[in-house]
Amino acid sequence: MTTPREFKYVGTRPIRHDGVDKVTGRASYGADVVWPGMLHGFVLRSPHAHARIVSIDTRAAEATPGVKAVLTGKDLPETTATIALGEAAIDLRDVGDNMLARTKVLYHGHAVAAVAATTIDIAREAAEKIQVVYEVLEPVTGIDRAIAADAPILHPALRTKGAASPGAAGPTNIASRLEFKRGDVDAAFAEADVVVEREFRTPMVHQGYIEPHACIARCGEDGRAVVWCTTQGPFVVRDACAAIAGLDPAHVKVIPSEIGGGFGGKIVVYLEPMAIALSRKAQRPVKMVMGRDEVFRATGPTSGSRVRVKLGAKRDGTLVAATASLWYEAGAYRGSPVGAGAMCALAAYKIPSFFIEAHDVVVNKPKVAAYRAPGSPIAAFAVESVVDEIARELKMDPIELRLKNANAEGDKAPYGPKYGPIGLKQILEAARNHPHWTSPLAANQGRGIAVGFWFNAGMNSSATVILDTDGSAAVVTGNPDIGGTRAAQAIMVAEELGIPVERVRPGVGDTDGSGYTDLTGGSRVCYATGMAVIRAAEDVRDQLKARAAQIWNVAVDAVGWENGRAIPPAGTEKAEAMTVAGLAAKMAHTGGPIVGRASLYAPMAGPAFGAHICDLEVDSETGQSKVVRYTVFQDVGRAVHPGYVEGQMQGGAAQGIGWALNEEYIYDADGVMENAGFLDYRMPVASDLPMIDTVIIEVPNPLHPYGVRGVGEVPIVPPLAAVANAMRDATGIRFTELPLSPPRVLEAIEAASAVSVGA
Amino acid sequence: MNGMLAIRYETPQSVGEAVRLMAADPDARVLAGGTDLLVQFRAGVRQPSAFVDVKRIPELMSITIDGQGLRLGAATAAAVIGEHVELRTLWPGLVEAVQLIGSTQIQGRGSVGGNLCNASPAADTTCALIVNRADCVIAGPGGERTVPVEEFCIAPGRTVLQRGELLIALRLPRPAARTSDAYLRLIPRSEMDIAVVGAAVSVTLDANGVCRSARVAIGAVAPTALLVPEAAKALVGSSLDAASLKRAAEAASTAARPIGDKRGTAGYRRTVAGVLTRRAAAIAAGRARRK
Ligand SMILES: Cc1cc2nc3c(=O)[nH]c(=O)nc-3n(C[C@H](O)[C@H](O)[C@H](O)COP(=O)(O)OP(=O)(O)OC[C@H]3O[C@@H](n4cnc5c(N)ncnc54)[C@H](O)[C@@H]3O)c2cc1C
Repeated sequence: MTTPREFKYVGTRPIRHDGVDKVTGRASYGADVVWPGMLHGFVLRSPHAHARIVSIDTRAAEATPGVKAVLTGKDLPETTATIALGEAAIDLRDVGDNMLARTKVLYHGHAVAAVAATTIDIAREAAEKIQVVYEVLEPVTGIDRAIAADAPILHPALRTKGAASPGAAGPTNIASRLEFKRGDVDAAFAEADVVVEREFRTPMVHQGYIEPHACIARCGEDGRAVVWCTTQGPFVVRDACAAIAGLDPAHVKVIPSEIGGGFGGKIVVYLEPMAIALSRKAQRPVKMVMGRDEVFRATGPTSGSRVRVKLGAKRDGTLVAATASLWYEAGAYRGSPVGAGAMCALAAYKIPSFFIEAHDVVVNKPKVAAYRAPGSPIAAFAVESVVDEIARELKMDPIELRLKNANAEGDKAPYGPKYGPIGLKQILEAARNHPHWTSPLAANQGRGIAVGFWFNAGMNSSATVILDTDGSAAVVTGNPDIGGTRAAQAIMVAEELGIPVERVRPGVGDTDGSGYTDLTGGSRVCYATGMAVIRAAEDVRDQLKARAAQIWNVAVDAVGWENGRAIPPAGTEKAEAMTVAGLAAKMAHTGGPIVGRASLYAPMAGPAFGAHICDLEVDSETGQSKVVRYTVFQDVGRAVHPGYVEGQMQGGAAQGIGWALNEEYIYDADGVMENAGFLDYRMPVASDLPMIDTVIIEVPNPLHPYGVRGVGEVPIVPPLAAVANAMRDATGIRFTELPLSPPRVLEAIEAASAVSVGA
Repeated sequence: MNGMLAIRYETPQSVGEAVRLMAADPDARVLAGGTDLLVQFRAGVRQPSAFVDVKRIPELMSITIDGQGLRLGAATAAAVIGEHVELRTLWPGLVEAVQLIGSTQIQGRGSVGGNLCNASPAADTTCALIVNRADCVIAGPGGERTVPVEEFCIAPGRTVLQRGELLIALRLPRPAARTSDAYLRLIPRSEMDIAVVGAAVSVTLDANGVCRSARVAIGAVAPTALLVPEAAKALVGSSLDAASLKRAAEAASTAARPIGDKRGTAGYRRTVAGVLTRRAAAIAAGRARRK
């Protein structure tokens, strides 16, 4: 390898270009636009968790003054299209059915009809006049019920895909079963000195983005549609809208708004094709905005789960065998992230023999969507809790145990490929050497550590860099900016062209204004789209060198480039080095405007690990706990804008802590969610958490010119187990079910003290 | 209706005017800070015909403390109470309850009168008002009347207020020597949450540190906040030692009649009612000893 590159802008912390508009409220989000003549759409939702739709009578709604269009599932064509999405694929028939039920409602809140009217109040009143006759069925509200022999079946045509367990041939709620194995597990367990086996449960949780889903769409008599919406993937929305609303994708343009959080939840469409179809009927723009309860009930949280893990180790700490059985709720339609969970479960460890089975289970709850490292946190909660137990059984330091078994470059990942350079050992060593790990704990406090893994993604990206005559530049990509990616892209252009970051205008293009780009997700933007940005800036630089060659009348190859300036070959007469601004000023006379572009497909990415240390203080009389100190260690490859990298590490940790301590979908026996609001769906508030310390470790990813890996997802993986391991340390109790809410913790403490008093 | 929601917004300048407006329209509602009412309105829980904003009536927006005690205007914002030094010194437990409401933003608007009139069993100020022997001053078409605060709420969301009546002020007697109070609540988060259990305690000590009188109230464990005389009895006559605090805790747990719901099981609430009573009593005792 060449010597490491010295950077001028990469690694600095400029103020983000979109920052002032965001903190002053000027930035436009999904619900912020008003189009002339616009109507308001309202969705009628199912009051039942599981029912057959016998009939829908919309006449009274249609007759209501002010109502311009009414829509039911029958108005939309049935599509069989899919959208490729890395390993997974989005089945658009299911997405369409989920957006607007056709024959069955599969969860409480499932949309059955929509109304567009001149005011939202009229639309709501008219929707309430729609007569829906249901044949109510027993709801399946959890995995145990879903897989029981006499369970009601959600989809009569569903059959288990994959390595089916024996006898599973008929109708089922188990959509798929996967196996991953290596070596002879039984023989390996027989050689283990200690074996720990536990079963874990986690409830469904939501990403909790602050901005609800919102869009506005218009569709003319020519079948051309324009959609403005809050999304992570404008191209996904375009293709989904076309297929579900029955339009030619060539006639659909999607303009992404600013996005108030997504975390994976703003990829699938819930409103946009409906707004198009309503607009097509009404011939006026239609705006649709979800309320918070609709977001909870009818968008895509992540799976509830049941996971059994068994690990065997030698007395010296060497892990020799593992089995894991994962059951994830998919919600109403197949497609939980259980496959990813299974692949991530043992990613950190060299274990010669293992057997993992993974089940995707449909239940009468909202269809799950991606949520930050989908599937991995649930698996890590189970595995890292059991690793903690092994360390306790062996009386071994939990970091030493992990270091002893940690995968490194050249090791074969449990999910297949060989690892390139990865930073797992480096983060564990950094954690061991950090003052947090050895600082004393006060009374009633405990400390836990856990690691987490995510693949990160590559895929399709495009970028355009536009040079202006004043030497400033604009950079446009098709990725909505969720995590500060515009700032990172501006830094990359500044680095390549040698112009100040402030003179680069980073922008998000719509689906006609940017080359095809896969969604903002998979921690791929700074990596894959960043790579396209760097190449597009290089393209500008190559063109500038050609212009300089023309001015100096020398060969292009002879022109050098240093510190943002074209350098003439030695001895060229009357030639002086030229800056970007100097060359840009002459563009019109040297061949016209300069636009750099690049598009690429990145087949691989830089997998990454994080380690989190959590200190928890527990009130043993109330079961209440408080995170008193928390440190995140993560291999990020290269931190282009360290401030936003730290922000991602802190944000992921905060979400994971919420998942561990208080967040959960609470259902009654009828399958109705009881806490569809932020009061009783308890995400952490700022005052619940201490300042989350971050330690950035940079083991460059050789696939990226700067070494970027992808940052956003890894940090939500370790917290569930880090918190639970801290709880174990503080209370002596191993909790295997989340959340660790005060009532659950107190009950366990009382039960444990009753046992010890009795004993 | 066709979605045409016409709602009047009234701004009476005097109690008399407010009473007339409220008496004339049974569907009108008093608007103080609006931090309960407007949230319920937006959620579609309440559809009043008129908002009668009482924040321009001086009697409802003032704080006076004299030899008799406190007169707290019903619509006075929590933030104003929190900054009132004398009020904080005399009734620290009441003020800590007020300062638990919501967040800085919510406290800029939310009032004690609104907290009480909303009649949530989990309202944070109710228990602190009860242990401080507050009286509710009510104005109505028939003139003024006074009701002890523990009798003001009669069920979740329901108070003794009749048509045309509104709460004007809360009157609290001036605490005797060596008297102080405390309020504690349990919420899973650190703010922006509803009490799973609340407990307030007020104690009066004699010169020897012996408890001469006490009041204990617990919230969110019954349809209305409960005054618990049995818990007070356990404290009176003691030096507020560990054993008497424990007896008070047991009495509070016994008195609690909680339901189990998404915020906590009944058993959990009963246990924590005792724990918070004991802890609040210890804090109130410490404060009274320093007076
Ligand atoms: C984000 C948030 C957090 C909150 N946190 C808490 C908390 O921690 N603890 C807590 O206890 N509460 C909390 N609340 C609820 C609310 O803020 C409090 O109950 C507050 O004290 C209400 O006062 P208000 O002046 O805003 O009442 P309003 O909303 O104006 O009125 C409440 C009710 O009382 C009636 N009313 C008001 N004043 C009078 C009067 N003078 N006479 C007759 N009727 C009257 C109104 O008609 C209405 O029905 C929270 C609310 C929000 C939105």
